[in-house]
Amino acid sequence: MSEDIKNFLYLNRRAPYGTIYAWESLEVVLIGAAFDQKVSLAFVDDGVFQIVKGQDTSAIEMKNFSPTYSALGDYDVNQLYVEQESLEERGLSVDDLMHLTWEDEDEDWAEKDSIRVVSRAELNKIIEAQDVVFSF
Amino acid sequence: MAIEIDGKSFETDEEGYLVNLNEWIPAVAEAMAKEDDLALTDEHWDIINFLREYYEEYQIAPAVRVLTKAVGKKMGKEKGNSKYLYALFPYGPGKQACRFAGLPKPTGCI
Amino acid sequence: MSELHTVNKSPFEKNSFDSCLGHVLEGSAVLLYEDGVYAALKGTATEGKVKAAQGVKFYALGPDLKARGLAQDRVSDGIEIIDYAGFVDLATEHDKVVAWV
Repeated sequence: MSEDIKNFLYLNRRAPYGTIYAWESLEVVLIGAAFDQKVSLAFVDDGVFQIVKGQDTSAIEMKNFSPTYSALGDYDVNQLYVEQESLEERGLSVDDLMHLTWEDEDEDWAEKDSIRVVSRAELNKIIEAQDVVFSF
Repeated sequence: MAIEIDGKSFETDEEGYLVNLNEWIPAVAEAMAKEDDLALTDEHWDIINFLREYYEEYQIAPAVRVLTKAVGKKMGKEKGNSKYLYALFPYGPGKQACRFAGLPKPTGCI
Repeated sequence: MSELHTVNKSPFEKNSFDSCLGHVLEGSAVLLYEDGVYAALKGTATEGKVKAAQGVKFYALGPDLKARGLAQDRVSDGIEIIDYAGFVDLATEHDKVVAWV
């Protein structure tokens, strides 16, 4: 690994369909993943609604982009931090979220969980450790 | 721009990608390949079909790097490498194969 | 690493300000600009939150206060008013910017 590799965190704080932020963030993540950087995502506040399972946009004539989160592992984005407090405030638990995984090529494609539920205090330390934070 | 097949018109954008991916039929890929002076073989179709399945599942066209890795996993290392894929699709397995498959330009394709 | 947090939304309309305060570490700075400057006012529901944030230095962007008719004497004690050059200085003095948009 080169010393130029930096830690990028995408901070997602908005629900998926009311504004364009969530989809824009996802697109930037996928484009940014082409560069060799260490990328992780954080879901905070209404951002946790982005990865709730069972989304079906067929009746609102919008693209359902929730399946795209499952492709993040293919793009080597496999650290998805979800803030515990934000889930609780919204009556959600990790069981309400999509089961997002990545496959570890070095371990014969073993499937591993991408989502890590962290407390606000833990997330603050994660933010502190980043080189760059992109907010959406 | 548009592609004409048996009197039916398929609208494409300025880069030649199909505007409405639901309109896609195999003849669209054949017509696009002909314009690129390419004859589609079973090996081409394996990749085109793979891309369509990938889009169906994830709602995005994969970047070349991602496609290469995924093809390697599904079809073996001898196909999951850029040399093989570029030999099939000289204008780039991402851009050209996605275009044939009726998908948008790959996300993460720069 | 030192952090500059920025808030550009009104604390009375969006949760950006509250969310920022929940994620700011001691020793960090918070800059209020655009509609975020409403969080800098005295006698509001936000004044106590600014005072309660231990070890956090607050700044408000003067031009945005002025544009909104908010005189300096209405800004809570302890919040430093800066201009655009001060904004740039803050951004360069800190290792990174965390925006609460």
